[in-house]
Amino acid sequence: MKHLLFVAVAAIAIASPVSAETIAITGGKLVIGDGSAPVEGGTVVVRDGTVVAAGKNVAVPAGARTIDATGKWVTPGVFAGFSRLGLSEVDAVDGTNDKGGGKSGFSAAIDVAPAIDPFRSPIAVNRSAGVTRAVVAPDGGGSIFAGQGAIADLGADTEPVTKARAFQFAQFGEAGAAAAGGSRSGNYLHFRAMLREAQDHAAGGDAFDDDLLKKEDARVLQGVLRGEQRLLIHVEGANDMLRLLDLKREFPAIKMIFVGASEGWRVASQLAQAGVPVIASALNDLPATFEMLGATQSNIGRMKDAGVKVAIGMINDRDSHQLRYTTQYAGNLVSLQRVPRASGLTWDEAFAAISSAPAEILGFGDRLGSLKAGKAGDVVVWDGDPLELTSSPTHVLIDGIEQPLGNRQDRLRDRYRTPQEGNLPKAYEH
Amino acid sequence: MRERFRWSILAAPLALIACSNTAEAPKSASAAAPAEKPAKLNKDPYPSTYKPYPGMATAIRNVTIFDGEGGRIDNGVVFFAGDKIQSVGGPDTPIPADIAVFDGAGKFVTPGIIDIHSHLGDYPTPSVAAHDDGNEATSPTTPEVWAEHSVWPQDPGFSRALANGGVTSLQVLPGSANLMGGRSVVLKNVYARTVQGMKFPGAPYGLKMACGENPKRVYGAKGRMPSTRMGNLAVNRQTWIKAQEYKKKRDSGKDFTRDIGMETLAGVLDGDIKIQNHCYRADEMAIVLDMAKEFGYKVSTFHHAVEAYKIGDLLKENDVCSAVWADWWGFKMEAYDAIPENAAILQNAGACVIIHSDDENQIQRLNQEAAKALANGRRMGFQISDADAIRWLTYNPAKALGIEKMTGSLKPGKMADVVLWNGNPLSVYSRPDKVWVDGALLFDASDAKRRPVSDFELGQPGEGDVK
Repeated sequence: MKHLLFVAVAAIAIASPVSAETIAITGGKLVIGDGSAPVEGGTVVVRDGTVVAAGKNVAVPAGARTIDATGKWVTPGVFAGFSRLGLSEVDAVDGTNDKGGGKSGFSAAIDVAPAIDPFRSPIAVNRSAGVTRAVVAPDGGGSIFAGQGAIADLGADTEPVTKARAFQFAQFGEAGAAAAGGSRSGNYLHFRAMLREAQDHAAGGDAFDDDLLKKEDARVLQGVLRGEQRLLIHVEGANDMLRLLDLKREFPAIKMIFVGASEGWRVASQLAQAGVPVIASALNDLPATFEMLGATQSNIGRMKDAGVKVAIGMINDRDSHQLRYTTQYAGNLVSLQRVPRASGLTWDEAFAAISSAPAEILGFGDRLGSLKAGKAGDVVVWDGDPLELTSSPTHVLIDGIEQPLGNRQDRLRDRYRTPQEGNLPKAYEH
Repeated sequence: MRERFRWSILAAPLALIACSNTAEAPKSASAAAPAEKPAKLNKDPYPSTYKPYPGMATAIRNVTIFDGEGGRIDNGVVFFAGDKIQSVGGPDTPIPADIAVFDGAGKFVTPGIIDIHSHLGDYPTPSVAAHDDGNEATSPTTPEVWAEHSVWPQDPGFSRALANGGVTSLQVLPGSANLMGGRSVVLKNVYARTVQGMKFPGAPYGLKMACGENPKRVYGAKGRMPSTRMGNLAVNRQTWIKAQEYKKKRDSGKDFTRDIGMETLAGVLDGDIKIQNHCYRADEMAIVLDMAKEFGYKVSTFHHAVEAYKIGDLLKENDVCSAVWADWWGFKMEAYDAIPENAAILQNAGACVIIHSDDENQIQRLNQEAAKALANGRRMGFQISDADAIRWLTYNPAKALGIEKMTGSLKPGKMADVVLWNGNPLSVYSRPDKVWVDGALLFDASDAKRRPVSDFELGQPGEGDVK
């Protein structure tokens, strides 16, 4: 089975075009992804992997291949704001699961980039659902600093990493406390002590001791301390967020981004004031833990209203396989607009929360996440409203290259369209 | 965090409570017959005390109706009173004077949504270890445990399922650590001080069984049988043989020692208790169907049947429902071949389809999960109507639970379990506007007081919030 799977995926990769062409997508309902309203009858032109123009009166260059999107929607690809994509084929089969590095002995130095495998079936499945980029983070491990995550693309090629070591991932609250010996006191002490060790290491000489950090970890944390590498922090509870804002005042250069943030609405004005962006779980509304007592689906809408920069992410929510839920989650936030007393997002805001917002929060707003000229040619043509449950992509471009949309699930579907066996066993239908 | 497979084993303290092979007579006084025949069993020692809450005679007019049995009426009327559906029909359906009438323009009505697979109450939130009450993972067969004895009626999840999902009835099951996990319970989604106050009156019991990875892993890890799939079957078959012997003894008219686990299994053999069988792989389902024939019982439903699409014909032939997710996949080996067209292929093969949740979050969006499964089917070219997809959430689960004569569709005389949606429930943009359970208005989006708040959430951040 493993062998067959490999052959099938390899065949797809070989079949895909190796160089970007000039493609014009015309006639569709065009969504730029920056929060602006859709434009009817818009055109997008992609050349050499990059968007060269998108809008109402854009000319189709001579020699461009044209994709007619009349009656369809055209959007930037979905940017999954938080995932473990490419790190796992079958979660409960250890050999295929590279999400956690906690037992390696390293912490901050762990780097998921080489473990992101473009041949994993979740890459193809989510690509065919319109996801083109993803934040890929390590799982929390035995340390509050879980390691360095990457920005990945979902292209059917051999180079999935857009940016390796794009950020450091850390845990606070219950998960952080567990990693730091069982209490939040330990969590905060570890944070300060590890950063201090990293500073000592930077200073050189005898000051550095390796109580908490290996040298590799210390080197990486120096980048976090200087603000060169963003720090994504999983945190859910209101008090933990406030205390992290205290730490931010103590270490002002650190570029903090909160992930999860189920109780973010309770401290929304403080988050806005501190300028800390949030990659939030969209639909958490249960007190799953005592740090999520205030969870509500209105969380993102309320944070947005308070001026917080917010994107949608799916931490610990089927985040290695089901990034295709991202559009559904965004659609649900739109639905809240019609629920009395709830706070949702407008359609335009909701789409931005799964395209330009995550790109900007991660520092890639100039290259990814929308269809403005100069951005990567990640474009999806949908057969309907992309946030609606019934819609599906008909074309997916990543870096200007049209992607194959088939995957292993389609093969099973086609084999068993009629469950009965025919003149030969099903194994001969391929 | 949320992908919870309900077999985690933190239940050591609960082992002290497990109490099989008791010979005591039931203490309930509800069967007050003189004690000359001690073998006369009280089959309902923890009876439902649920009573419909007061409701007003209500009609919704000018509304699109999905009746739950595959029917659709545009511009229709639903009228209910005295906790029962009175009439459902087109625009000319008479509406009595002096009753509450809602205009349903742009809105939709469905029967209350039914989740055939939930762990609300026995794996409640907050998901702390002290709440792990779903798996009596101390023996591979525990038919003696009853899920209702674990259900915490204050689980905040019940309110979310009502308000966001329009869920009015649900089956709470034991987990899948064990081959025979215990009895399920069907609840009305109505808060009460006691679980008895939530129990669906007259609903048959179910027996949770589990195939595959979970039992063999849990007991294999303890160095016990079963540690393989063949071990799973062997333990099951040995246990069914004991159940047959027990039933024979019980039916002989002679004195016998009661065994509450065997009572449940004998209830299955009697046809009174429905088999609710967690089973992912097609080949294992086929084995279970043969086992059911071997011992003379019927499987009601295969739950988590991610490979059911491979044997839609066999499932149809055996009149077994498949309770499935729209698209869960890849979290473990036996879920590797799951495909989003599972439900649609089953429907096309004429087999019974149910969309279930097994999840405190997706129970709030079963309508959306059905919509995805429907869209995937249509993309294959299958003709499946919106009304068919609603049936996956209403009549079909009701039938699989044995409550279809009481609820699950909008037919006169049935319980007035009704959801008014603010748009097509198969759209991501729609939410419940009002939910009635037995004719009582228990959720109203525009009235903060018609939104339940569990004891746990009183005085906590976000109490009474829209959630």
